[in-house]
Amino acid sequence: MIDKEWLPEGVERCSFGKFMVWIGFLGVFVLLGVYASYVVWSTGLITTGLNNYFAFGLWIVFDLAVIALGAGAFFSGFLTYILRIDQLKNIINLAVIVGFVCYSGAMIILTLEVGQPLRAWFGYWHPNVHSMLTEVIFCITCYLIVLIIEFIPIILENRKLNKIRFLHHLAHNFHVYMPLFAGIGTFLSFFHQGSLGGMYGVLFSQPFAYREHFFIWPWTFFLFIASAIASGPAFTMLVATMMEKITGRKLVDFKTKALLGKIAGSLLCFYLFFKILDTWYWATDTLPKMGLTFSQLYNEVYGTWLLWFELGLCGVIPAIMLIVPKFRNQPGLLYLGAFLACVGVVVNRFVFTVQTLAHPVMPFDTWTVYVPAWTEWMTCIEVTAYCILIISLSYRYLPVFPQERKLNS
Amino acid sequence: MAIYKLKEFKIKWGMVIDLDKCTGCGACMISCQAENNMAPMPDATDKLYSMTWMLVYRLSNGKPFPDHDIAYLPRPCVQCGNPNCVPVCPVIATTKDEEGGIVSQISPRCIGCRYCMAACPYRARYFNWHDPVWPQGMEKTLTPFTSTRPRGVVEKCHYCHHRFKAAKEKARYDGRDPNKLDEDDYTTACAQNCPTGAITFGDLMNPEHKVAKLAKSPYAFRLLERLGTDPQLYYMSKREWVRRQGDNYLEHEPTKGV
Repeated sequence: MIDKEWLPEGVERCSFGKFMVWIGFLGVFVLLGVYASYVVWSTGLITTGLNNYFAFGLWIVFDLAVIALGAGAFFSGFLTYILRIDQLKNIINLAVIVGFVCYSGAMIILTLEVGQPLRAWFGYWHPNVHSMLTEVIFCITCYLIVLIIEFIPIILENRKLNKIRFLHHLAHNFHVYMPLFAGIGTFLSFFHQGSLGGMYGVLFSQPFAYREHFFIWPWTFFLFIASAIASGPAFTMLVATMMEKITGRKLVDFKTKALLGKIAGSLLCFYLFFKILDTWYWATDTLPKMGLTFSQLYNEVYGTWLLWFELGLCGVIPAIMLIVPKFRNQPGLLYLGAFLACVGVVVNRFVFTVQTLAHPVMPFDTWTVYVPAWTEWMTCIEVTAYCILIISLSYRYLPVFPQERKLNS
Repeated sequence: MAIYKLKEFKIKWGMVIDLDKCTGCGACMISCQAENNMAPMPDATDKLYSMTWMLVYRLSNGKPFPDHDIAYLPRPCVQCGNPNCVPVCPVIATTKDEEGGIVSQISPRCIGCRYCMAACPYRARYFNWHDPVWPQGMEKTLTPFTSTRPRGVVEKCHYCHHRFKAAKEKARYDGRDPNKLDEDDYTTACAQNCPTGAITFGDLMNPEHKVAKLAKSPYAFRLLERLGTDPQLYYMSKREWVRRQGDNYLEHEPTKGV
C-alpha cells in the first residue's frame, strides 16, 4: 500500500489500487457534472428544464433536501456538545462530515441556480431584511464556515498530520472550543432551516404554499426545522450503515444507531402532529378564504397521492417504526424507518417547490408539468458523487469512527 | 391575509382594461416590446420562455356553440398595492415606492434567484433566458430611454416608467407641478396603441382622471382580489362569466358587479 502511513492506526482499508478505481468511478460523474455546469454557466439557464412557470425546480428541491438531511450535523452537535449525550460521540465526526458535504454541495448547486452568479454577494451588499432568502443566504454561508471549522480538527487528526506538533496542538485547541462552534452552528442552522420553510410560507399569493403565521414566521418555518431535525440524524445513521455495508466493517455500534433512530422517531412524531394539524387548517380554513378547495390544489400528475405518500407511508409509518422499541431494535426495520423518514422530507421539499408553481392560481390559467433537463440531473449527480468522494477520502484517511478498532477486533 | 401592511401613496398610477372592448389583437404586446427594448426571441410563440411583459390571455365561457363566448384579457404587471415579489427579493432589486406606486425592477442589482417569479401569482415576471440579440440594423430601433437587460435577470412591466419621468421633466420645464400631471401627460405604450381604446391609464387617486371613475364601476374587478395583493390594474366587463374568471370563486359564491 502506497498510502499505508496515512491511514488511521490499527484499522484495515482496501488496497490503494482498489480505492483509486472507486475514486475514478466517482470522478467520472464529477467530471460529467463539471461539463454540465460549464454548459449552464456558458449558455445560461435556458439549458435547464426551468421556465417562466417553474422558476424553481430540481436544484432547489435538491438543495432543500440535502440541507434537511445534513441537519444531522448541527443537531447531533447540539445533542453531543450542548446536551452532553456522550454516546453520540461515536458518530459525531461522521455527522460533521455529512453536514459539510451536504452544505458545500448545496452551495455548488446554488452557484448554478442563480441567473447572475457573479452577483451572488449582493445578498450581503444590498440585503433586504424582510426577505427570508436573505436570512438563508446569511445563515447558510456562515454555517458552512462553522462546518469547515468543525471539519478541520478531524482532518488534522490524520495520523501523519497529527505528528506535526503545531497541527497536533491546533487540533486539540479546536476540540476545546468545539462546544462554542456547536452552539453557533445550532443557532445558525435553526434559523436557516426555518427560513427555508418560511420562504414558502410567506408566499401569500401562492395558495399551495401560503401558511398562517406566528408573529413574522409562517408555520412552515417551524415545520421545516422539525422535519430537518427529525430526518437529519436518521440520514447520518443511514450513511454510517451504508458505509458498513460497502466496506464490510463495523463502524458504529447498534446501540448508537438505535439511539439516533429513537431521537429521529420522537422528533418525527412531534413534526407529524403539527404537520397534520397544519395541513388540516390549510385545507379547511386558508384555502376557502382564497376561494379554493383542497381538491383544486391537486391534479392527475401532482395528485393527493403525494400527500398520503409523504405523511402516511413516509411519515406515520416510519414514526411508528422508529418510536416503538420492538421495531426500532430490529436492524432491518430501523434502517427502513430511517430511509422512509428521509424520503418523506425529500417529498415534502419537492411538493413545496414544484407543486406550488405547477398549480395555476389564476382561474383561466392551466396546470403545468416540470421535467428537469439533463443539465440539472447531471449536476445533482455530480454533487452526490462529490459528497461520496469526500466521505470516502475521510473514511480512508481520517479517524472518523472512534469505535471502529474495538468493534472489529 | 398578507403579512405586510399596505402602503398608501398620494399618486397611484393605474389602469382599467375594458375586456368587452378588447379584440385580442396583440397591439399592446407589440408596442410594449418595442417601447421597452425587448430583443426578438428565438421562438416567441413559446410561452414558457417568451419575454412579454404584456401577455394576452384568451378566456372562454366553456359552453358549446351557439352559447360559446370568448374574451381576451391583456395582462401587464398588475402593480400590486401589496406585492408579494417585493418583500421576498433578497437584494432589494424590486421595490414599490413613491413613484406612483409602481413596482420597479432594478436590473443591475438582480441576482436572478427568481424568488419574485415564484411569488407572483399573475406570472407577470419574466426571466431573461436568452442573451438579448437584435438582428443587424434593428439595434437602431432601440429607445435610449429604457436600459437593456442582460441574460440571467428578472424583468417586468413598470408602466413605461421612463415616460413618467419624461412627463415630470416636461411639467417642470413648463412650470407646472410634476406631482399633478394631467391625464394626457403620461400614458403607457400599450394604452396609447390600443386600437379599440380598451386600455385607460391614469392616476387612481385623482378624481379628475378617467381611471379613478372607471375603477369604481360596478363592472370593474381585479385579478385574484381576495389574495390581498391589491392590484392597481382593474378590468371591466359586463359579462358575468368574465368577471367570474377574475378570481377563484367557489360555486356558491356570487361575483362582484351587477
